[in-house]
Amino acid sequence: MTGSTGEAPDRGIGRRRFLGYVLAAPTLVAAAELAPAPAAAAPLPSAELTELLDLNDLMTAAALPTANLIAVEVRQDGTVAFALPRAEVGQGITTSTAMLIAEELSVPLDRVRVTLADARPELVFNQLTGGSNTTIATYGPIRVAAAIARQRLLTTAAAELRTDVAALTIENGTVRDRSGRSLDIGALAVKAASARTERVSVELAPRSAFTVIGRPHSRIDALDAVTGRKKFTMDLDVPDAKPTMVCRPPTINGTVRSVANLAEVRAMPGVTNVVTIATGVAVRAETFGQCVDAVRALRVTWGPGTAQGKSDASVLRELAAAELPMGLRPPTPVVEGAFTFHFRSNSALEPNCAIADVRADRAEIWSSLKSPIVAQQAIAAKLRLPVSKVTVHVTEGGGSFGRKLFFDAALEAAEVSQKIGKPVKLMWHRADDSRQGRTHPMATSRVRVSYLGDTVLSYKQRHTSVSTDLGHGLGEIITALAARLPVGDMGFAQTFFHLSQTMSYRFGVSSQLLNETDKDFNTGSMRNVYSPDVTCARELIVDQLAGRMGKDPYRFRRDFLRDDRSRAVLQKVAEAGGWGRSMAAGTAQGIAFHAEYKSVSAALVEIDCRPATVNRPIRDGVTGPRVTRVVFAVDVGLAVNPRGLEAQMMGGIMDGIALALTSSLHLRDGYFLEASWDNYFYTRQWNTPPDLQVIVMPSTSDEPGGAGELAVAASMAAVACAYGRATGTMPTSFPINHGTLSFTPKPTVPPIPPSPADGLDHAR
Amino acid sequence: MPEHTFRVNGEQVTVNVPGDVRLLWVLRDLLGITGPKYGCGINVCKACTSHLNGKAVNPCAIPVEALEPTDEVTTIEGLAATVGEDLHPMQRAWLEYDVAQCGYCQPGQIMAAVALVRRVAAEGRAITEEDLDGLRNICRCGTYVRIREAIRAGAEDM
Repeated sequence: MTGSTGEAPDRGIGRRRFLGYVLAAPTLVAAAELAPAPAAAAPLPSAELTELLDLNDLMTAAALPTANLIAVEVRQDGTVAFALPRAEVGQGITTSTAMLIAEELSVPLDRVRVTLADARPELVFNQLTGGSNTTIATYGPIRVAAAIARQRLLTTAAAELRTDVAALTIENGTVRDRSGRSLDIGALAVKAASARTERVSVELAPRSAFTVIGRPHSRIDALDAVTGRKKFTMDLDVPDAKPTMVCRPPTINGTVRSVANLAEVRAMPGVTNVVTIATGVAVRAETFGQCVDAVRALRVTWGPGTAQGKSDASVLRELAAAELPMGLRPPTPVVEGAFTFHFRSNSALEPNCAIADVRADRAEIWSSLKSPIVAQQAIAAKLRLPVSKVTVHVTEGGGSFGRKLFFDAALEAAEVSQKIGKPVKLMWHRADDSRQGRTHPMATSRVRVSYLGDTVLSYKQRHTSVSTDLGHGLGEIITALAARLPVGDMGFAQTFFHLSQTMSYRFGVSSQLLNETDKDFNTGSMRNVYSPDVTCARELIVDQLAGRMGKDPYRFRRDFLRDDRSRAVLQKVAEAGGWGRSMAAGTAQGIAFHAEYKSVSAALVEIDCRPATVNRPIRDGVTGPRVTRVVFAVDVGLAVNPRGLEAQMMGGIMDGIALALTSSLHLRDGYFLEASWDNYFYTRQWNTPPDLQVIVMPSTSDEPGGAGELAVAASMAAVACAYGRATGTMPTSFPINHGTLSFTPKPTVPPIPPSPADGLDHAR
Repeated sequence: MPEHTFRVNGEQVTVNVPGDVRLLWVLRDLLGITGPKYGCGINVCKACTSHLNGKAVNPCAIPVEALEPTDEVTTIEGLAATVGEDLHPMQRAWLEYDVAQCGYCQPGQIMAAVALVRRVAAEGRAITEEDLDGLRNICRCGTYVRIREAIRAGAEDM
């Protein structure tokens, strides 16, 4: 960022200086406005939309008119506290945030305490965790706040020591002068405090001076995680918030008509309350085990659901009917393909859950929420309470994958608590989470590429999907800003699609369009949203195109990629992975590229599709082809925490493997057959690549790009390409095992399975 | 209400609860021991993996009445004490490899890993790729590769 555009917050201050505040407080509190604008580029009317403005620019820009302060507090015990207005769900943002503060404030990482902020409605659009945007949006503001604190500590220390600021250094949380006198920042915390709020400017450390940012650090919550001390929502001890579960309908979004045995179930051991709510019949008991028994005992007559009678085949027909025309086939040679992507679950290992304590005049909610402001507003509306009377605490989340963008359990918990007048600790059974929870919608993608000689003339992709519910706030950001974008009257799903899909290859005239149909399903943005499917279809066609032109898949991609940064990651995986090495029949390599979130990535995959591997026996699991090796290269511009970045890539790779090979939901008669982890085949140890290498490229920028979702698309695509090359047939339906039902579906009535009692027999 | 007595993390406990309530809920809802996590309730995700007399079990599938007063339940909270240290070698390996992402499955992963290493050692052999492939604990964040690395490292120090 420079001061020359007139748009940046450092206008009139000079290069590399930023504005922030020292707030009136008992100890030193320094603050900055969240998400200052990137230097605005002049819009190019004919440029590809994603070059003009990608999703992250949009989200960052959305924050501008409503931006508010985030504050770093220096405490008397020498610790530094910061409440991050984002959700930590495993992606490592509390650690990277602590690193930013440690860097600018020159304090040890273990003195930085990062907590998750309660819902702050004044932040409006700026408390949404999604779009891999956290580090992009907070990188500047957090450092500015920390740098202001540092500056203030130094000036205070100079006064204390009666010396010049220039004679002082701050290191490891201690200020020293040249004669060796020192003051801990904790001893300065009160003296450095301000009685009034002041606006100040500050200079940030240049990248060349970084000692924390860019170096690998382990997670700040790692010790809590390995000792069982890390607290998730269901681990919190809220007085009288007793276990609560909901008896749910046998079909998606079915409704309660009547309950035959309320009195009987209310009298069951441990049960304190049974009450009908919007989504089913809620049971509160002394233990979750007794909730399970009570839910199973309820005899409910159900009304039809929203997807009554629908199946995979009928939804596929709906999609076919909604597909946009591909237009006239050009007279030049073409490569075409049509791909199907089945429903998938974004269920995290921690199921949907929330604690609610609703009183007559107020409510308090605890849940892992990526859109806590929207949750707060929705809960307030449901309870008929003013928003200001609903406190929403954001707890540490046990995974998200998009699931926690919504607040389904928090809304239910609030409803139950209000109806029975008691606090509740509400959790979805895994069967509920799998069958009634949010899904990645089924989609088709059709691609047509025309070429002549060595030139690609045009690329056309038409993606058709069951509607993705974006009603968690991200949609509102886009709605609010869509009028300012050159996208006409497209809805926000189409806008989101456009903003997230870039065309990385020089493929002539390119157009990628989304059409959506059918809002009957509980859907949501699953990690990387549209990109895994869109990229998978594109990369498979790229392989076909390369073959048609007589070129090697790697060299073809390298020749057609638009820029050096993209080519560098591709070249890196090709070299590190030994692209083109001789492979046994039934095994093969695949290579793919994906750019998003201001980052670029490439994956090289080796797969083993030989019968001895595919058919190796695993109890209650899907083995199938095994990805034996993954080499993944990533350039996020500036990697704040390379160790955390590697972890995010590793997780994204496991997602990509699952999406390509094993994990999907089967829709039949208006419900999903999958009811637990023995039905839904997410990547397991027996599917894990024995050889995995993640290469973090040297920083190419002063600004970080996004990473949390990045790795999924290239990984899924590379696995699909490898599978196609190993078997000699391009796969067109995903995951590749969807046609085989690898389990016996569990009953839908009762909606949850019984608790097994044979655990001792399996001790090992 | 019937009383059930057993040992948890070195202490004798007695709970008043119907005997068919599964151990997971006795630990979590009644005793406030929240390290073992719920992930499925049907003994397939393994997030609640703990030890019973040193062997890996899943409390979601054990009625509390099946326990004897002398039975020793060890949850992640009590693992380190079994070796008389602040951290068990497997926990240290977990830190060294920065294994956890969200951390939800990690107590179960560590307890399963310790039991695996003990079992393999009892068989007088080293851990194989097949042993690691055979671990059934789900990590939805997908940190499987670091889990494998940490188990091998932790096994060295056990």
